[in-house]
Amino acid sequence: MNVMQPIERIRGGVHENERHESGHKHVTGTAEYIDDIPEPAGTLHAYLGLSQRAHAQILSIDFEPVLSAPGVLGILTADDITGENDVSPAHKHDDPVFATDKVEFHGQPIFAVIAETRDEARRAAARVRIDYQDLPHVTDVLEAAAANYPLVIDPLKLERGDIAAGFAKAKNILEGEMRIGGQDHFYLEGHISFAIPGEDDEILLYSSTQHPSETQHMVGQVLGVASNAVTINVRRMGGAFGGKETQANLFAAVAALAARKYRRAVKIRPDRDDDMTATGKRHDFHVGYKVGFDDDGRIEAVDATFSARCGFSADLSGPVTDRALFHADNCYFYPHVRLRSRPLKTNTVSNTAFRGFGGPQGMVGGERMIEEVAYALGKDPLEIRKLNFYGGGGRNLTPYHQTVEDNIIGRIIDELETSCDYAARREAVLAFNRKSQIIKRGIALTPVKFGISFTKTEYNQAGALVHVYADGSIHLNHGGTEMGQGLYTKVAQVVADEFQVDLDRIKVTATTTGKVPNTSATAASSGSDLNGMAAANAAQQIKARLVTFAAERWGVSEKDVAFEPNTIRIGAERMAFSDFIKIAYGSRIQLSAAGYYKTPKIHWNRSEGRGRPFFYYAYGASCSEVSIDTLTGEYQVDRTDVLHDVGKSLNPALDIGQVEGAFVQGMGWLTTEELWWDAKGRLRTHAPSTYKIPLASDRPRIFNVKLAEWSVNREETIRRSKAVGEPPFMLPISVLEAISMAAASVAEYRIAPRLDAPATPERVLLAIERMRRAARNG
Amino acid sequence: MPTLIQMELSRRELLASSATTVAVAGVAKEVRAAGARGKELQNTTEVTFKVNGDPQRLTLDNRTTLLDALREHLHLTGTKKGCDHGQCGACTVIVDGRRINSCLSLAVMHDGNKITTIEGLGQPGNLHPMQAAFIKHDGFQCGYCTPGQICSSVAVLEEITANIPSHVTENLMQQATVTAEEIRERMSGNICRCGAYSNILDAIHEVAGVPA
Repeated sequence: MNVMQPIERIRGGVHENERHESGHKHVTGTAEYIDDIPEPAGTLHAYLGLSQRAHAQILSIDFEPVLSAPGVLGILTADDITGENDVSPAHKHDDPVFATDKVEFHGQPIFAVIAETRDEARRAAARVRIDYQDLPHVTDVLEAAAANYPLVIDPLKLERGDIAAGFAKAKNILEGEMRIGGQDHFYLEGHISFAIPGEDDEILLYSSTQHPSETQHMVGQVLGVASNAVTINVRRMGGAFGGKETQANLFAAVAALAARKYRRAVKIRPDRDDDMTATGKRHDFHVGYKVGFDDDGRIEAVDATFSARCGFSADLSGPVTDRALFHADNCYFYPHVRLRSRPLKTNTVSNTAFRGFGGPQGMVGGERMIEEVAYALGKDPLEIRKLNFYGGGGRNLTPYHQTVEDNIIGRIIDELETSCDYAARREAVLAFNRKSQIIKRGIALTPVKFGISFTKTEYNQAGALVHVYADGSIHLNHGGTEMGQGLYTKVAQVVADEFQVDLDRIKVTATTTGKVPNTSATAASSGSDLNGMAAANAAQQIKARLVTFAAERWGVSEKDVAFEPNTIRIGAERMAFSDFIKIAYGSRIQLSAAGYYKTPKIHWNRSEGRGRPFFYYAYGASCSEVSIDTLTGEYQVDRTDVLHDVGKSLNPALDIGQVEGAFVQGMGWLTTEELWWDAKGRLRTHAPSTYKIPLASDRPRIFNVKLAEWSVNREETIRRSKAVGEPPFMLPISVLEAISMAAASVAEYRIAPRLDAPATPERVLLAIERMRRAARNG
Repeated sequence: MPTLIQMELSRRELLASSATTVAVAGVAKEVRAAGARGKELQNTTEVTFKVNGDPQRLTLDNRTTLLDALREHLHLTGTKKGCDHGQCGACTVIVDGRRINSCLSLAVMHDGNKITTIEGLGQPGNLHPMQAAFIKHDGFQCGYCTPGQICSSVAVLEEITANIPSHVTENLMQQATVTAEEIRERMSGNICRCGAYSNILDAIHEVAGVPA
C-alpha cells in the first residue's frame, strides 16, 4: 500500500465559488447547442403553418401552393398523426399538435411543411390558402369573465378563519383591483427539436426541453409508440425560464412525426416571431382585493380573487394559479383570509410556466394590499410590512394551513435596512422631492418568502446515475437539465464532495431519458435540491460497497475506512483514489449506482386547500431607489441593494449570478416588458423590437447583491442549501413600489398610486396625471 | 415648423423608394419568367472573404445572410442566431475591425472583408483577454449570447480608442473615454436574457483596466 501525505481539501467541493462547467466553451463558441450539432446527410427541415385567426372554423385548406413550392417534400397535418393529436401536460386532451376544424388562437399550429432546407420550408408554409369562418373571440381576462368563458381547469380556494367576522372587526376596509401583465421568456435560443429515426419504432431526439421525460411521453403518445422507443437528449439550453417546461413537446412531436414519415433526420426551429406568437408565456392576472385593517395597519382580513389569462388550453394553468394563491400572503399573516383563483380561458396562446410559476403575480397582489394600507394611513409601507410579518403566538399559519417554521425574514429585513441605510435615504428622498419640480424619486424595501417544492407531489422525486470507471474517473448523469443556472456544476460539486476527489475527475454528461428515467421537469427551483440529493445517494451506495470491501480486504473496521481528499484512508494508511479503485475493480466490486431521492414531509390536499405543499421557504429582501421624469414617465433605477437567503450555498458565485439575473428579469417583467394583443387577437409584441427586454443600460446604476451567509436550511436539504432559481425573481417588487412612491409624491403621498404592472413610462405618466387630478379634486 | 416639413419630405422619399421597390419586384418577376424560358438567372454570387484568417470562397444565394454563411456554409456555429432581426446581438461578429449584426448583413456584401468570429478570437488554451475575463467573472449563464457579447465588447473598447462617439458621449471635442456609462450604453445592443450584466460589465472593465 502506498503511503500518501494527506492534502487539506479537494478542489471544487461544495460551498466553493466553482466556475460554470461550460464556461471555457461558452466564451469560445464551442459549447454545442442543438442547432450546432452537425446534421446527418439528408436532414430535412420542418416549419409550422400558423392560424391567422384568433377564433374561427376552418372551412377549407388549399395546400397546393405549399406542395408546389421549391424543395418541399410534403406536409404534416392531424391526419398524419399515428397516435393521439394531443400534447396536454395536464392530460385534459385540449392541446392539439395541429388544429383540425377549429382554431382557438392567432398563431395556433395547423400544419407543418417538410422541405430540404429550413428556408424552403419557411417560405412554403406562408403560401397556404385557408378559408376561415370567424367566431367571436376574447383575449382579455375580464372580457372573458364577462363573456362567460369557461375555466380551463378547476379553480382553487384557500380559506382560513372567518372573513365575515374579520371584516366586521376591521376599523378600515379598502377594496381595489390590479392588473399584472404577462411576460415572454425570450430564451436567447429559441425552441428547437432534432429527430433521428432509428430501427423499428425507435426515435432519438435532441430537444430544447426542461422536461425530457414528459417530452418522451408526449412524443410516444403522438406517435403511438411506447416510451421505451423514444430517447430524449439535452446537453444544455440557451435559456428556458419555464418556457421549455411543456412548450417543447409540440416541436418534438412534429420533428418525430416527420422523421418517422420520411425516414430521415428532421429538424424544426421556428423563427423568433413565430416562437413568440405560438408558444405560451407568463400569465397575465387581474386581482380583485378587499383588505380590512386596524388604525396601526395590522391586517385583520383579506379577500382576494386572482383571475388569470390562461389562453385556449389548461397547460400548467392549474398549478400556476394555485401558486399565485400560495404566495398572495408573501411574508404576512392574515388572521382571516379567503383567496380564490379563476383560471379563465381566452383566445390567446396557452400560457405556461415562467420563473416563479404564478408566485410572483400572487406576491405582487399581496404587496399591493400592503401599499394600499400604508398610503391610507400615511405611513411608510415598510412599517406596515413589519407589523404584519409572520411570527409570534398564533401568527404562523398560512392560508393553506402550513405552519411557517423557518421564518428569518425579520433578520433579513433588519440587516438590509441597516446596510443600505434605508431610513436616512428615505428621508433624503422625501427632502429631494420637496425641492425638485420635474424629477421625483422613490425608495422601497420589500421582502420575499417563496415556497420550495413542486405542488404536484409526485414531481418531488429524482434520479441520478454515477459510474466510477476502473481508471478512477467518474461519470455523472442526473435527471436535471442545464439551462445556464449551473445545475451541472453544483451536482458535480456534491459528487466530488462525497468521494472527496477533485472536481475535474468528474464529467457530467448530457441529460437523457436513456440513463435516468421518469424524471421531473427542471423547474420549481428544485434542480439542485432533487438531483443533488439523488447524485449524493448514488455516490453513497458506491462508497458503502467500497468501505465494506476495504474493511474486509485489509482487515480493519469499517469505521476506519474514510474518503479523504483524493485518497482513501484504510486504518493508518492512505492510498490514491485511482489506485484504490483499480484494486476494487479487480476484486469485482460494482462501481456504478443509480441514486434516488424523494422530498420528505410534503403533502397537499387541493380539494380541501390544506397541507404542507412546501418543504421549506427561501427568503430575501431588496431596497430600490428610482428617479422618474414627471414630464415623460421615464425612469431609471439608481440603486438596488439585495440580501438573499440561499441557505448554506453550494456555490456562492453561481447563486449570486442567479440572484442578479433574476432581479434583472423580474425588473423587466414589472417595468418595460409589455405584451400587447390587437383587436383581431394578434400578438403585436413578437420580437425584441417591440418587446422591451432589460439591457446592460437598464441594470440598476448601483447594484449591491449579498447572500445571507449565516443562513442554514433547517431542513435536511443537500448540504443545507436552498433553492435559488425563482425566489429572487420577486425581489424587484421594490422597483415597482419605488416608482409608485415617486408618482405618489406629486400628491403628497396621500393617495395610493395603484400603479399596474408593467409600469411602462406610459403607465407611470398616467399614474402621475391621475395623482395630480386626485390632488386637485380634494 | 421645420420638423413637420422634414417629415413630409421623408414620407415622400419613402413613397418614392417604395415605388422603386415595386418596380424592382416587377422586374424580378419578368427575369424569373425569362429564366423559365431558358435564360440564366443570377440568383447566386461568388464571394471571397477571410474568416479568422482563413481565405474562404463561397457561391451563395444572394439572399444568404453573413450569419447563415458562417453557420450553415462554413459550419462556424459559435456565432448564434437569437432573433434573426438585428435586435438581440447574439450574432455579433467583427468585420474589418467593426462589430456588426451578421444576421442583418448579406454575405455577398462582404467580398474582400476580414471577418473575425468568436472562434477566431481565441480557443481554449489560447484565450483572448476578453474571453478569459468572461470566465473569471462568470459573465454568462446559459452562454447563448456570450459569443456576441464578447465580440461586441472587444469591438466596443476599440471603438472608444478610435474616438467613435456614442449616445452618452458628452463632449464630442475630446477623446472618448472608457467609463461605466459608455460601456453600458455601447453594450446595449446585446441582450442577455439571463441578466448576467453585472458580471459582463465587470469582465469588460477588467480588460479595459478601469474599475467598474
